[in-house]
Amino acid sequence: MTATPQERPLLAAQGLSKRYGRQLGCRDVSFELHAGEVLAIVGESGSGKTTLLQLLSCQLEPDAGRVCYCGRDGVMRDLAEVGEAQRRFLFRTDWGYVHQDPALGLRMSVSAGGNVGERLMAVGARHYGHIRRTAAEWLDRVEIDRARIDDAPRTYSGGMRQRLQIARNLVTQPRLIFMDEPTGGLDASVQARLLDLLRGLVCELGLAALIVTHDLAVARLLSHRIMVMKGGEVIEHGLTDQVLDDPREAYTQLLVSSILPA
Amino acid sequence: MSAVLELRNAGKTFTMHLQGGLRLPVVAGVDFSVEAGQCVVLAGPSGAGKSSILKMIFGNYRCDSGQILVRQHGTTTDVARAQPRQILGLRQTVMGYVSQFLRAVPRVAALDVVAEPLVAAPESRALARVQAAELLHRLAIPERLWQVPPVTFSGGEQQRVNIARGFLAERPLLLLDEPTASLDAANRSTVVELIADKKRRGAAIVAIVHDDEVRRAIADIVVDVTSFAPAA
Repeated sequence: MTATPQERPLLAAQGLSKRYGRQLGCRDVSFELHAGEVLAIVGESGSGKTTLLQLLSCQLEPDAGRVCYCGRDGVMRDLAEVGEAQRRFLFRTDWGYVHQDPALGLRMSVSAGGNVGERLMAVGARHYGHIRRTAAEWLDRVEIDRARIDDAPRTYSGGMRQRLQIARNLVTQPRLIFMDEPTGGLDASVQARLLDLLRGLVCELGLAALIVTHDLAVARLLSHRIMVMKGGEVIEHGLTDQVLDDPREAYTQLLVSSILPA
Repeated sequence: MSAVLELRNAGKTFTMHLQGGLRLPVVAGVDFSVEAGQCVVLAGPSGAGKSSILKMIFGNYRCDSGQILVRQHGTTTDVARAQPRQILGLRQTVMGYVSQFLRAVPRVAALDVVAEPLVAAPESRALARVQAAELLHRLAIPERLWQVPPVTFSGGEQQRVNIARGFLAERPLLLLDEPTASLDAANRSTVVELIADKKRRGAAIVAIVHDDEVRRAIADIVVDVTSFAPAA
């Protein structure tokens, strides 16, 4: 990660708000994310984390505020104004989205190789041998045995499915990846392996990432910065180790003090 | 010449919201500076705020008042007011911190734990590993342990891995929190040598050491932290 403060951010959110009828989703969220930066969004269920992630990734339209993204051409654009086709293209190429439930991010009855290859074909890859080779390389990187390349993910374990979903997302070399509770629902040893893998990949590829999690250990391990959400608002935002070791807000102190020692 | 690190009237108070907003002043009016090639040792009894001062300099704890100025290549950053990105930038190139305990990550080999600060820098991974190996060797970590994650290591071994990690990259400012606490005499003198090497190469060092012999060997200035006790 580079640290020149004057350089342009990759993604900028300004005053994002969303209501579901009378229910508040999130209110007045603003921040910037730079290339190679990992930002964790933490808070308990219902605090607005997932709403925010969906607003940022254009899956939900905000009531107020905007999201700007800096394309590969270096131009910063308001995503509400770029048009559906271009947003879809962004989603297929420059962005990745890792769902908590791998079944939402994978095609469960298509082979593992096909799942990875499909993203490549969406960006114009046509040579079968090349696609298969790249898919196999990605299975290696996420520690899935190449011998399983022709098997469908419904025959995979939960941890393998999640690793396959990550491979499918990263194969097009995105610059930004959204993750919604990527380690939720996995048991501890599987979780540790996945975290280690993510940590290595994010660092190696210089990826920017927005990670929604309720697990502060995940945030500590993966993120540079943390945003703490409560009741739809960001109540504390700062350097990850600073927020966790010297929490300022009452709610953050409660979250940090609620961690069970291993 | 201007100091690499200068604290001006720095202070810190914890507010414990879960204890009814109890305010715990830790330090106040912290004033000292460190030049290149100099080692300042923070002295004082346990609980006087020595580790808190190191954490404030590293940006791990917030600084509520005053300034913490870090100077490098003609630019000055006030850690007390810097953006997270600026602090991360300083940690990548300017500040190194050796904590009392290694925060070991499961599944990462000792050699890679040590090499990590260099891998993040532009140097190649292979070179980082070679340098990490040299340091581990010097700190008497047996080679058969290099590929093992340090989670299972003894306290002294973990501390030496932590020291190797902190000393590998050339950082102009090094913060050491009891680097020799659980080491035997031979390893203690190795760490004293490493610190002397760093000083010769121009690093500014702030250290907490309880061992009188080590303190005599490395300290250029001793700062008494009890003089920064907040008025009750």
